[in-house]
Amino acid sequence: MMAKKKDEIEYVKNGKRVDGRKVDELRPLKIEVGVIDRADGSAYVEWGQNKVLAAVYGPREALPKHIQNPYKALVNCQYRMATFSVPDRKNPRPGRREIEISKVCSEALAKSIFIERFPNTKIDVFVQILDSNAGTRVAGLIAASVALADAGIPMRDLVAATGVGKAGGEIILDLNKEEEDAPDAVDIPLAILPGTEEIVLLQMDGLLTKEEWKKSIELGIKGCKQVYEVQKEALRKKYGEAEKETAKAREPSAKETKPKKEEKVN
Amino acid sequence: MDDVIWDLRVDSAVKLIKEGKRIDGRALDEYRKIDIQNHISETAEGSAIVNLGKTRIVAGTKMILGTPYPDSQDQGTISVGAELFPIASPSFEFGPPKAAAIELSRVIDRGIRESKSIDFKDLCITEGEQVWIVFVDLYTMNDDGNFFDAGSIAALSAMLETKIPKVEDGKIVKKEYSGKLKLSKKPLLCTFAKIANKIVIDPTLVEEKAQDARFSVSTADDKHLCAFQKGEQGSFTRSEIDECIEIAFKRGKEIRKTL
Repeated sequence: MMAKKKDEIEYVKNGKRVDGRKVDELRPLKIEVGVIDRADGSAYVEWGQNKVLAAVYGPREALPKHIQNPYKALVNCQYRMATFSVPDRKNPRPGRREIEISKVCSEALAKSIFIERFPNTKIDVFVQILDSNAGTRVAGLIAASVALADAGIPMRDLVAATGVGKAGGEIILDLNKEEEDAPDAVDIPLAILPGTEEIVLLQMDGLLTKEEWKKSIELGIKGCKQVYEVQKEALRKKYGEAEKETAKAREPSAKETKPKKEEKVN
Repeated sequence: MDDVIWDLRVDSAVKLIKEGKRIDGRALDEYRKIDIQNHISETAEGSAIVNLGKTRIVAGTKMILGTPYPDSQDQGTISVGAELFPIASPSFEFGPPKAAAIELSRVIDRGIRESKSIDFKDLCITEGEQVWIVFVDLYTMNDDGNFFDAGSIAALSAMLETKIPKVEDGKIVKKEYSGKLKLSKKPLLCTFAKIANKIVIDPTLVEEKAQDARFSVSTADDKHLCAFQKGEQGSFTRSEIDECIEIAFKRGKEIRKTL
């Protein structure tokens, strides 16, 4: 049987999308913190079919010296796709797309970091896409931000991100590849600092009216906040456990101050 | 020494913008004077030189015969490229394009491509065999900021006058043409700088050096947005983005009328 033509697909039918999601539903998202031993900070993200590794090295001396900024750290995020992460083998040389994505992601992350505290240094953030299905730059960005937190770098907030856009005339959250290939598709990668809702990354391509944009940004910010919760939970899982252990270690001394009677009651 | 002078210029630009004024006397939402000269190259299929204040950029189109992509057998394609040509500024140099030049190219390309103003099926000569590839190449000539918008106007002007070469037996007949390149819309890019928490359109070089963040909005026509790009290390609020969109529609409409 021949696959349905793109303009015959119903992208949202009875409130359900091609993969069964609701219009405002993210694909399953899983984040693991601290997955690369040698790195100062790292994270692994699985978001739908997307699989991303991010590692942070630094702040370290920026070299050669002439690239140093005496007022702030340089943030160098490098986004790369593995050759096998796309249907046809990708040329291993970084393409123009990867260079542009690296630039906008570096800029988005820089806003979240107190870069002015680390003059003359460089913070390297390496993002490697291992498997892809639309939305890899936002997956890379949330992995990078969690890795920066894991590296203990002082930050204003995490960078939370998601894709949002349009397919088959409907505004939907977190487009997958099939939706991104719709004839009227609009793709909007969006990243914010959730605390203040400041927009640190915003791109768009495809035809969109002003009203559709308003709906998209509304949905996009909601999506980012859901992602933010998963990011915090992942960090809590690594550092919250450690905190509990510290608390446990303190417990006996705390008990000592209490009268013995109460201890029995407990 | 040069740096010190630029620092002073940046300081005074920021000071003025805080008061709602600009170094060259423009309103915050006002473009510099746009001057377009068409047909500057005989060999190009279409060409234009655009002066946006002192910023100058040249665009030329060439139509090349090619084979279609496997997944779009009945479609040709376009490719927009921009180079930060060293003739334009002491900070540009020859060599492989840096991230800034790649971003400029891709943002101008997206603005045109995503407007769907060119039906790629019109660029098909023989299905599955031969199609047109439209190359639009931009060369910076003088840098006084905002190559994004100057480049977008230049690319569009050059495309609007592009002639399609005549093809006989699968080959281009030199100096003979079969028609003009069809464009159903006039997509335009409007770029904004955020300086001292104020939004200014069409930043000059000094204003670019002063900006915390940059935002480009491409409008396909008076009703549709077709591309965004946020750049630099600062951030935008939602209301600032909406303000940019409003101004982009307004200014886009005005410029579109003159093309």
